[in-house]
Amino acid sequence: MAKSDKIACYHCGEDCGRHPIEYDDKHFCCSGCKAVYEILSDNAACEYYSIENNPGIKNIQTEIGNKFAYLDNEEILSEILDFSDGGINKVKFFIPNIHCSSCIWLLENLHRFNKGILVSNVNFVKKEVQFTYKSEFISLRQLVELLASINYTPQITLDDLKAGDQPKTDKKIYYKLGVAGFCFGNIMLLSFPEYLNFNKTLEEEYRTAFAYINLVLILPVVFYAATDYFLSAFASLRKKVINIDLPISIGIVVLFIRSLVEVVTAADVGYLDSLAGLVFFLLIGKWYQNKTYQALSFERNYKSYFPVAVNTIDDDGIESAIPLKQLKTGQRIIVRNQELIPADAYLMKGQASIDYSFVSGESTPVAKKEKDLIYAGGRQMGSAIELVVAKEVAQSYLTELWNQDINTEKKESRLNSIVNTVSHYFTATIILISILSAAYWFIFNPDNVMNAFTSGLIIACPCALALTLPFAFGSAVRIYGRAGFYLKKPDIVERLSKIDTIVFDKTGTLTKNDEFQIDDSELILNSNELVLVKSAVKHSTHPLSVAIYQFIKSELEELDSFEEIPAAGISAFIDDQKIKIGSQSFVTGESKESGVYSSRVYISINDDFKGYYIIKNAYREGVEEIIGSLNKNYDLHLLSGDNESERQYFNQLLAKNDQIRFNQSPKDKLEYVRSLKENGRHVLMIGDGLNDAGALSESEIGISIAYNIYHFSPACDAILEASKFKDLVKFIQLSKKSMNIIKMSFIISFLYNIVGLIFAVQAFLTPVLSAILMPISSVTVVAFITIASLYNARRSNLDLKIS
Amino acid sequence: MSALFVLIGFSILVAAGFLIAFIWSVKNGQYEDEYTPSVRILFEDKVPEESDNNNINVTITKNSSNGN
Repeated sequence: MAKSDKIACYHCGEDCGRHPIEYDDKHFCCSGCKAVYEILSDNAACEYYSIENNPGIKNIQTEIGNKFAYLDNEEILSEILDFSDGGINKVKFFIPNIHCSSCIWLLENLHRFNKGILVSNVNFVKKEVQFTYKSEFISLRQLVELLASINYTPQITLDDLKAGDQPKTDKKIYYKLGVAGFCFGNIMLLSFPEYLNFNKTLEEEYRTAFAYINLVLILPVVFYAATDYFLSAFASLRKKVINIDLPISIGIVVLFIRSLVEVVTAADVGYLDSLAGLVFFLLIGKWYQNKTYQALSFERNYKSYFPVAVNTIDDDGIESAIPLKQLKTGQRIIVRNQELIPADAYLMKGQASIDYSFVSGESTPVAKKEKDLIYAGGRQMGSAIELVVAKEVAQSYLTELWNQDINTEKKESRLNSIVNTVSHYFTATIILISILSAAYWFIFNPDNVMNAFTSGLIIACPCALALTLPFAFGSAVRIYGRAGFYLKKPDIVERLSKIDTIVFDKTGTLTKNDEFQIDDSELILNSNELVLVKSAVKHSTHPLSVAIYQFIKSELEELDSFEEIPAAGISAFIDDQKIKIGSQSFVTGESKESGVYSSRVYISINDDFKGYYIIKNAYREGVEEIIGSLNKNYDLHLLSGDNESERQYFNQLLAKNDQIRFNQSPKDKLEYVRSLKENGRHVLMIGDGLNDAGALSESEIGISIAYNIYHFSPACDAILEASKFKDLVKFIQLSKKSMNIIKMSFIISFLYNIVGLIFAVQAFLTPVLSAILMPISSVTVVAFITIASLYNARRSNLDLKIS
Repeated sequence: MSALFVLIGFSILVAAGFLIAFIWSVKNGQYEDEYTPSVRILFEDKVPEESDNNNINVTITKNSSNGN
């Protein structure tokens, strides 16, 4: 991991720099990592380090303090706990930092730290830990503080307050699959003698007996395993549309009734093997399609982002934690470093420096003065501030944005999916053919009427057709997932292939949140002064300081003193030289000039003004190529909440200037997407912040870009790993190829259907023929789709992780 | 009654036993987390009082999807 000249931190593996902290013969990059090591070694948990190398997480939070004081509040406690009785409590936490085997080991061995922790059980896939603890020995607050001290801070948000309301994983599909598989296997076994019964050597006694056993075995298949198809067909009929489940249901019902009649009247043995196989294969398709990413959430709204409680302060200056929903207008609240502003509020006291990166994608903190209104959703960076609540949580600007009525139903019906179009015509054709052949036989040989009619409906039962979509989409979703693109639902593949308009957000989407472009043309510093600046910014965690620190390539010196004034800048002394770095008013004493578009960092040394850095967000790799190649086939639009400073750049990049809009509010973005849709466009929106949330859900496909896919991202249809943005074009191409595969496999299954129908209309269909034709068509289609999808994935040059 | 029917009845009973076992395992949540148990089984159960300078040979490498 580390190169020979670098020392990797024993805890987190990061480079320790030139002055590592040494402790217990080990090197640490910071005191935070060392502190965690001390806690672990005190509790005999150093095995943590032997399972994987440098498994730790670098501490980014400063101190815990009163942060979790709200967990002492009984009311909140009762809503968070899953179970509480006789001092034994159970609670489940989502811990995004879980990332390796060492994490599992440590979290499951927490009982070594405190005897009150009885059991802790990690679900790695969901990044969840279930704790059982005795409140006699440890309180929930202490438990959470223990987790925070070793950097496994659980995420406790408003969403967690609906205790016991967590959606359970749907196990029905497994039960149905099990039952259908059991019945299918046994029916096949008992039907096998029939297949070899060419010379009628099988005794009639056995034939009837086997048929009756099969009849019993088919009952759970039809009345339990296949119920979803009946319900879906019925629901679609009531909506006056024909979906694929209707011909399937007809097929199942006809197969069952005809077999029942044949067996009871001792005419023949029926098609029970085909029926059981049909349902079993269909269920496998359903199961395969439902690939879900359990640790990801596509439904997050402000509730999973907001804290559960807030610290209020009364007239006597006494602090207390109250649940967020009890927060009233006019109450005074305290928001500390790294905490969230829960409601629109006026700043009363303190230096506010608000990071709105979750809201707008812009990570450079914004300074606020006293009496300024601060919108909810920002994160305070720096010392604690006091605010007076201006609007209740539910009426805040951000919350209102969320609660705007967005009709998601419309989204589904706007695009008529290919399979529904096909089954529409398919069903009509099949019924027509069956009626025609019945009519023909009615004239020429009435004995064959029922046979021909039911045979048509049976053989046309679109098993292969119905398996096409689940397998094609299921494969595509898996390939996307391995390439870092996570879809919420499989049918998004089809929607993706149909889009014709792409709307980009700028900040955080086309630009990187965590990387800056620095222009030092307005700054004159000699090499000694660069050392001073670099040494000074090293001690600041402000994103711009970090950017400057990385930008200057020079040595470091020890500081004599360092002071950071939030929302202003830093001042430091090195060898009696005074360095000031920060805003214009802080460094030069002049107030800000208006009309300045980009961030500037001013520098003075010994009160001698040296100039300023111009800092912009860096663009993602490949932005120009992506826009270049998308420009040919798609209508591109850019919506940015920022000012016009970069209009020039985008005018070159995007052909049509009127499709670039700056100074867009979240509502403007939503309206813009809506008007595109009203013009008949199929819109793909890519954004990252809460300010895009409205537009994301209004568009046909909303893609949310995330640096860490397990952290917060607004509600969307798909989550794209930030580093995979360059593959966007390939993802869209792959969806088109998937649709081609679907069309080809439709043709294959139609061919089988035609062959089957030729037998059926002549009243030649026999149980054996049906038992051969149905599985063969299904297997060919599934094999074709799987192979073709894999081939396409290989050809697409996507970087696929092994999953 | 032919011995065949006895055998069929018996085989279906056995198969039903497996079906019940499957349903029980689903109900028990064995399909909810297919990854963690595979890691957990490789941990050594050690008594916490033991010294930490151990010689554990278990090294599990895994493609971490999380860039932390």
